[in-house]
Amino acid sequence: MTDTVTYLYAIARDAGAPLPPGLTGLLGTPVRTVAAAGLVAYVGTVPLAQFGEAALRRNLEDLTWLEATARAHHQVVEAVAETGPVAPVRLVTVYRADEQIGRLLRDRAEEFTEVLARVAGRREWGVKVYAAPRHAEPDDTGAGEAPEGAFGRPGTAYLKRRRTSLRTREEAWRRAASRAERIDSVLTGIAVARRHHRAQDPQLSGRDDWMVLNGAYLVDDERGEEFAAAVAALRDPELDVQLTGPWAPYSFTISEPGAGGAA
Amino acid sequence: MTVDRSAERPPAARGGVPAQRVALVDLLDRLLAGGVVISGDLTLSIADVDLVRISLRVLIGSVGGDDVIAPRRDDLPGAVPS
Repeated sequence: MTDTVTYLYAIARDAGAPLPPGLTGLLGTPVRTVAAAGLVAYVGTVPLAQFGEAALRRNLEDLTWLEATARAHHQVVEAVAETGPVAPVRLVTVYRADEQIGRLLRDRAEEFTEVLARVAGRREWGVKVYAAPRHAEPDDTGAGEAPEGAFGRPGTAYLKRRRTSLRTREEAWRRAASRAERIDSVLTGIAVARRHHRAQDPQLSGRDDWMVLNGAYLVDDERGEEFAAAVAALRDPELDVQLTGPWAPYSFTISEPGAGGAA
Repeated sequence: MTVDRSAERPPAARGGVPAQRVALVDLLDRLLAGGVVISGDLTLSIADVDLVRISLRVLIGSVGGDDVIAPRRDDLPGAVPS
């Protein structure tokens, strides 16, 4: 029984590219490679005490641990992306030992090769669109000011105001969503694939306006500038459009049908 | 005058987003809902991303205090289709 496990960061083609020198990953541990079936896995050794199943359940709820882990994982993926096409692996994928990684590469070689071919020469860009929810909240402060009985049954005026406010809010949302769809469709025209992420939780993003688009776009390297320029040209007085990237193709490595589907 | 800053930057910064400057929330979108999904032989399955998201919400809700009520997404009509 060992007290360490093998953590898997990313998979790439085994093109003989040297490991980026001095590359470290989680907890500052060195990154190494496991090669099989024309593929290479970038892995590291991490303590079972942090990455065993029970420990992971606990640690994933610890935002400090999660952030350190996510950033270390990302750093390795970015360094590998510098050397060629990369298929990042989802956070916290852990194996007992390196042998199992070799077997994984052989068992799923065809799928990984296909994913790497799809993302080769391409990077991912993120586009987030926010809208300010105007007239969104019912006027709670005014609700208590109306004299009791002034509008017949108490609360009637409040309910009426609330209904109107909800309708306005709904319309504002629809308008923003439809503008965001237009932006999305222009960008999808430049990209080779598009995927929508879920709207970010306001408590994580720190923004409490509406996120009406959280898109990821897989774009040919030579069209990256064109894509960024298109995003800049799509700025809209009513929306806040934010570009992130380029990223390694995190959102386009899923082989399930439809998940990273062609645009 | 041209200042070459490339030496100051970590290798990861050259082609992509420097790891330190990436917003955690954007990173988590990609690391928890993207990437090749492989069930390791002793890991829990992160394929069920919902579980993690729910945990995060609970966590952040508990440390952030709840005096500021953020608009809830679930009562908004019609999210942008995915």
